[in-house]
Amino acid sequence: MNKSIFLSAIFHIIIISLTAISFPYMIRKPIDLPPIISVELIQISDFTNIPYAPKAKKILEKIKKEKERVVSEQAPPKIVKKEKPDAIPLPKDAKKKKKIKTKKQNPKKIESEIKQVSEFEKKELFDPDQIAALIDKSKVETAETMHKSDKLTQSQDKNFIASGLTLSEEDALKAQIFGCWSIPLGLPYNENLLVRIKLKLKTDGTVIKSEILDHVRMNTPGQGFYKVLAESALRAIRLCQPLRVPTTGYDRWKDLQLNFDANEMLKG
Amino acid sequence: MKNVLFLIFLLVVFFAKSSFALIEIDITRGNLNPLPVAVSPLYVESKSSEALKELKVGSEISKIIETNLLRSGLFNPLEKDSFVQKPDIAHLKPRFEDWKLIKAQALITGKINITDDKLRVEFRLWDVLAAKEIMALAFTTVPDNWRRVAHIITDKIYERLTGEEGYFDTRIIYVSEKGPKNRRIKKLAIMDQDGANTKYLTLGNELVLTPRFNPTNQMVTYMSYFRNLPRVYLLDIETGVQEVVGEFPGMTFAPRFSPDGKKIIMSFAKDGNSDIFTMNLETRVVERITEHPAIDTSPSYSPNGKYICFNSDRSGYQQIYIMRSDGSGVKRITFGQGIYGTPVWSPRGDLIAFTKMYKNRFYIGVMRTDGSGERLLTENYYQEAPSWSPNGRVLIFYRETKSGSQGEGFSATLWSIDLTGYNERLIETLTDASDPSWSSLLSK
Repeated sequence: MNKSIFLSAIFHIIIISLTAISFPYMIRKPIDLPPIISVELIQISDFTNIPYAPKAKKILEKIKKEKERVVSEQAPPKIVKKEKPDAIPLPKDAKKKKKIKTKKQNPKKIESEIKQVSEFEKKELFDPDQIAALIDKSKVETAETMHKSDKLTQSQDKNFIASGLTLSEEDALKAQIFGCWSIPLGLPYNENLLVRIKLKLKTDGTVIKSEILDHVRMNTPGQGFYKVLAESALRAIRLCQPLRVPTTGYDRWKDLQLNFDANEMLKG
Repeated sequence: MKNVLFLIFLLVVFFAKSSFALIEIDITRGNLNPLPVAVSPLYVESKSSEALKELKVGSEISKIIETNLLRSGLFNPLEKDSFVQKPDIAHLKPRFEDWKLIKAQALITGKINITDDKLRVEFRLWDVLAAKEIMALAFTTVPDNWRRVAHIITDKIYERLTGEEGYFDTRIIYVSEKGPKNRRIKKLAIMDQDGANTKYLTLGNELVLTPRFNPTNQMVTYMSYFRNLPRVYLLDIETGVQEVVGEFPGMTFAPRFSPDGKKIIMSFAKDGNSDIFTMNLETRVVERITEHPAIDTSPSYSPNGKYICFNSDRSGYQQIYIMRSDGSGVKRITFGQGIYGTPVWSPRGDLIAFTKMYKNRFYIGVMRTDGSGERLLTENYYQEAPSWSPNGRVLIFYRETKSGSQGEGFSATLWSIDLTGYNERLIETLTDASDPSWSSLLSK
């Protein structure tokens, strides 16, 4: 008797395990992560240097292949400009200087030409690692400005990787809800003021279903404030809907969890 | 075998979690804009001879609720002209779409009825966006008590929507002032927190100062002059009986009740030295709390009665100190520039309110009980004596204007300010007013 129960349990566990392992792959499409670098830089800021990079690459190739031609085409007008101020204070040595400069022009011209074409282009162009550094820096700066604490920064990373929402998509959604959420000011700020709400959304961002994940706290003695907080969060969602969700990739964000945390605001 | 099972379990947990990863977004900011609320006029049901009276009282109650909510700074009552639905239908079943149209997030409806000299007020609080009722209560009292009903209803609404206790069904005791600056007549006066129902408790024969409620709001302790010496008095508001507290040979001043109401803590001055004493009101036993050649005054208990904050000039100039209630463990908590005084411990226990004088300007501020996080809420030519609302969110204090050499242009007024520092409001009084003290909730 015991043996048969044991065997049955083993088989059940194996079947459940196999289902759990394989079923998600069957029903869920692999998350289609957009290329990280391009998405971030294009959508977060219009002021990054990335758009100049392709242009700069072309120039670099041209320079490498046709050094002389590039120099002769682009150098003259700028050389003239540079020489003029030098020539004015020293009229007596003008001839000598001119000669010397013409000799030295060619090797230096290439460098100065590259500098004068575009400072932006040059920086990106010559050091591809620097692009990565810029990207990293922009990431760090964004994270720093958006979130002060490490915890939040980590969660942002987590969101980006796991959700497939870009930072700008996430920020748009956050900004919308920030405007709708009237935080009840009387909450005890030394308590845990986190309300987690799971949402099911329609394609247009309308909320089909909202569920408070820690609803047990709603009726816990001494946690009366939690009900007030949870209701304020629900009000914010209702007031905001339809939520500003991306127009594509519905499967990625049809289920959403919003973590309303009033601690940061109330503690100041 | 066990290892295999454990491995399978781990696999299940790992794959299940990674496969169903859910988008999580942290919302760590919100707005602090006042919540738009619609206060519908109270619905009058009967068509009896009392209908007119009911209509008038109902309208007044509705107005008081609106004013209370507005003055709190946390709510924005919407204009009644914009209401689409009539009060009677709204009270039974509101059309939430109509209220959403005018941007209301909460709706308050009610019904009033006066029968057999009894006033019955019923009210409902609706969450407009969730389209559901979130609170419904009814009160029965004598008709003359309608103002209190309005305040109690506001307290309930406030508590339900903000998560903290209200402060509307409370009273304020203060010193009413009249006459020229050098010959002021000062009387003890008591009124509702909104300035209504003013009553005078003393005749004005003697100068009175610093009145304070006891925790049950039945007794008041204050300072008055007896044979030209300041003495601490105790007054029973109901009976009007007053008595001198203790048999001190010198001056006693700055009295305040302990949180349990059994003791009075005050300063006693003799030969230029002032120390802090307590007197047990049951046994009349006097106990010395501080013993220092400096001037120790303005004591105030923490809500749990374990600590006392006070100001002292023992460091050379006046600063705020805290100590245990038996006088041990004295610790200075203010080190900023300027002079600090009149510390008052918040009923929530988390903050101490104070008056600060710096470069000839007066500030009302708050800080944590260890002296950190000092925030100056308001600044003026002269203002002092902060007193906390029972929920620890609002401070009341008084402000004096600069006067001419003959005392012209002088005035003393009561003001309130909340902890944000943005919601500062004048409290209307019949006369000039100073030294306010906020009672605890009357309906508690």
